[in-house]
Amino acid sequence: MPLRLEKRAERSSTMALVSPLIAIALTLIFGAAVFASRGVDPWHGLYVYFVEPLTDEWAREKLIVKATPLVLMGAGLALAYRANVWNIGAAGQLQIGALFTGLIPVYFSNWQDPSVMPAMLLMGVVGGMLWALIPAYLKVRFNANEILTSLMMVYIADLVFDWLVRGPMRDPKGYNFPKTVNFVGWQTLPHWGDIHLGALFALVAALGLGFMAYRMLKGFELLTLGSAPRAGRFAGFSAQRAIYFCFALSGGLAGLAGASDVMGVSHQLQTPYSTPSYGFVAIIVAFLGRLNPIGAIFSGLLLALTFLGGEAAQTSLHIPDKIAKVFQGVLLFFVLACDTLVYYRVKWESRK
Amino acid sequence: MKKLLISAALAAMALGGTQAHAADKLKACWVYLGAIGDMGYTFQHNEGVKEVQKELGDKVETVYVENVTEADAAGPIERLARDGCKIIFTTSFGYMEPTLQVAAKYPNVMFEHATGYKTAPNVSTYNAKFHQGRYVEGQIAAKMSKTGVAGYIVSFPIPEVVAGINSFMLGAQSVNPNFKIKIIWVNTWFDPGKEGDAAKVLFSQGADIIVQHTDSAAAITVAEQQGKLGFGQSSDQIKFGPHAQLTADVDNWGPYYVRRLKQMLDGTYKPMQSWDGMAEGTVAMAPFTNMPDDVKAMAQKTVDDITSGKLDPFTGPITKQDGTVVGEKGKPLADGDILGMNWYVKGIDDKLPQ
Amino acid sequence: MEQLWAIAITIIAASTPLLIAAIGELVSERSGVLNLGVEGMMIMGAVAGFGATYLTGSSAVGIFASMLAGAGMAMLFGFLTLTLLANQVATGLAITLLGIGLSALIGENFVGKQIERLPNFHGIDILIIFSFILVGLVSWFLFRTRYGLMVRAVGDSHTSAHSMGFSVIGLRYACVAFGGACAGLAGGYLSIADTPQWVENMTAGRGWIALALVVFATWLPKRVVLGAYLFGTISILSFVVQTMGLNVPPQLLSCTPYLVTIVALVLISRNKRVLRANTPACLGQAFVADR
Repeated sequence: MPLRLEKRAERSSTMALVSPLIAIALTLIFGAAVFASRGVDPWHGLYVYFVEPLTDEWAREKLIVKATPLVLMGAGLALAYRANVWNIGAAGQLQIGALFTGLIPVYFSNWQDPSVMPAMLLMGVVGGMLWALIPAYLKVRFNANEILTSLMMVYIADLVFDWLVRGPMRDPKGYNFPKTVNFVGWQTLPHWGDIHLGALFALVAALGLGFMAYRMLKGFELLTLGSAPRAGRFAGFSAQRAIYFCFALSGGLAGLAGASDVMGVSHQLQTPYSTPSYGFVAIIVAFLGRLNPIGAIFSGLLLALTFLGGEAAQTSLHIPDKIAKVFQGVLLFFVLACDTLVYYRVKWESRK
Repeated sequence: MKKLLISAALAAMALGGTQAHAADKLKACWVYLGAIGDMGYTFQHNEGVKEVQKELGDKVETVYVENVTEADAAGPIERLARDGCKIIFTTSFGYMEPTLQVAAKYPNVMFEHATGYKTAPNVSTYNAKFHQGRYVEGQIAAKMSKTGVAGYIVSFPIPEVVAGINSFMLGAQSVNPNFKIKIIWVNTWFDPGKEGDAAKVLFSQGADIIVQHTDSAAAITVAEQQGKLGFGQSSDQIKFGPHAQLTADVDNWGPYYVRRLKQMLDGTYKPMQSWDGMAEGTVAMAPFTNMPDDVKAMAQKTVDDITSGKLDPFTGPITKQDGTVVGEKGKPLADGDILGMNWYVKGIDDKLPQ
Repeated sequence: MEQLWAIAITIIAASTPLLIAAIGELVSERSGVLNLGVEGMMIMGAVAGFGATYLTGSSAVGIFASMLAGAGMAMLFGFLTLTLLANQVATGLAITLLGIGLSALIGENFVGKQIERLPNFHGIDILIIFSFILVGLVSWFLFRTRYGLMVRAVGDSHTSAHSMGFSVIGLRYACVAFGGACAGLAGGYLSIADTPQWVENMTAGRGWIALALVVFATWLPKRVVLGAYLFGTISILSFVVQTMGLNVPPQLLSCTPYLVTIVALVLISRNKRVLRANTPACLGQAFVADR
């Protein structure tokens, strides 16, 4: 092959900072090409997609709302992936978290004092955690590949959610439509404009996890187990406990994301439910943020922008909002590709 | 001439006072669940919009957004409201909550929600009496079926769908009291793979006619492949089933849209709940094909009777599946009973999913 | 009897795309590469196959186009993971997202259009027959040819394979491409033979099921047939159960394939010896030649 990679003596820190920027630039170029191919002026397209959402206060609020679940999940996943614990099931954990949260308004709709809010949030966390501990247990006890098990749990979560919301948890006065009663009063989150309390949770979670990762022993333990497992074992860090910890943490955060979504945005459970798909985008958030929980804040906002841009493109440019997925996929591509430059130098060789 | 019309329209609008800014055309916007190319439900809404353009194109600017998922609808709906739309039609049941949420923030914009049941000072609902068409289809099915069993593919057990099943059955029973239907719930409005599979399973279980309350042309395609019969849904799907389609239950939203926009233009618009049917032209049947003339004649007579008001599919007394009877003799059921229909008629063996 | 045959055909049609996609991914994984992008490759195959058939009027062209689309996506994956050494999990996810989004954009013009369905005899078409031949071919290739041995060696111990002179990267590229072509073909089957229509997201998660299938089959080709048909049967069964009037919630019935997969995963993984005997040891690990 004419292209050869030569491992650098040590990780290039300039590249570590620059490579996400290169990736973003490449994505923008690709995006411009897509717009051009559809007869839309590339500059106008990029403006509508990336800039306009930032100029409008309403859109900025929506940005934070969309970023909230992404940052909550992205931060947790970043830490888990650093520890080599591959939780791919955040989507299902979010959904079960939302389901658990919804149990209170559905079965205890009269519980309307300030204590119900933290109770519901706690239910969400517990739901997500329990759902995540299943693949964790299967990995620790049976060595079952957690990527596949956590992924299968996503499908099961969706089906269970659908069954319950369509069936026993359905609003009896709702004419058989597949949704629960509306959450009211203390069973919803306070909000400022469109932004709800969940945004604060996301910020605190990301900062907290960042602190833990780089300043606390627990964080050191997880990072070591991920990058140098044998060294970790020698130091007495238990890989098994790390698996449980990381799944519980990322699962609990995903559950919290689900709870805040239904308590802060939709105020009900309904099926089909689309927020869980953010659980997969959160994986991109984690990588784009360089597997750093604090980086997840920025990458979460960026990816939220790609969603908003998709909506804007749909209404203003008549481009299907699926273009958001294209941008997200391409962005991840370029991030992964550019990351190589951090560890390797690219050398061109002429064939002999 | 056109300029004259526009100035006249401008003057009328200025007098009407419903427009906040000096745009010369009324901006009317639609939110679609599917793609306008789906040859089914969304396609028909768009056909209605085309009629608006034809009749009121000089006074009304139409804008649409397609493929808006129900759960993510609040964003696009709000965007339209901010973009200057004065009336927004949200065309799927699942848009109910987002429509209400956005409507609360934009009290000067009118919203119209299709097939829903919640209203607000600036939110109307509109629906079509689809079940009238189903009654006709039921009669045809009972005449054309050799096995006496029809297969019914449905999405979710909401009242509109249940009423459709019951109406179909009542129509069939008026011809053959022992007619049977087998029902499959696919839990989606639009998934050709699932709908096709459901059709195949139903045919294999003894049904020889297929009817659906889902949005793609998959079932009629399967019917065509297997040499069986079926009914198109929402739009005339004859090109997918040239030998299979008997007729289709066509949604004709044009007359409703034109009527409402005219009211917006001349200032007589009031939020209300509308439920049009054959009489208003909102429900129509595709040409009757692949059937003998006597069946055509019977079907046409039924259509005429329903249109004139002589016949109502839900005329009492009706015996429910559990044996109880509803409705007074000779009187149609109240609208509320149909809009909240939660039971099957006698003769349907399946249990309604609860 | 005719009833049973009709159901059987429906099951076969539902299982075939799973079978084809899984067999391709099996080859890729045998060489040590875990490609999570099956869903993305499949849906690109579906749109390419439908589009090509619609534009040229020939299903043969469509089939070829679907394989090309899948292989193309796979090559993108290969470049990132084999040459640039990117993380395989993340890259696979990127391919999936890209595939879903790109196919929706490309397919916009094809919604609602019709094409001639693939010619078939009582529901059995050439791709169904081909799927079985494919399994036989892959089985023969992997276990009875020299190249197959090399592929398995690369998947089990890439450093040893490299020191024996095998081109690890080259073989992996080939296997990944094959996997992509199969995924694409499976997608093409859905849009050309099964429905035949194009709808956004029409693969509806089948790619992920195919991934599970490979593990369920413990990376043995013949077991993939068993798994694919099991999943296919269960998906059709949930409809049949409804028509028989039984009151099982359809969603719970639909859970069974995923539960079964988890159980299978547990069974083969818990015994480390069994696992090592069956799993390609280097699955998911990047290979960098140190010379």
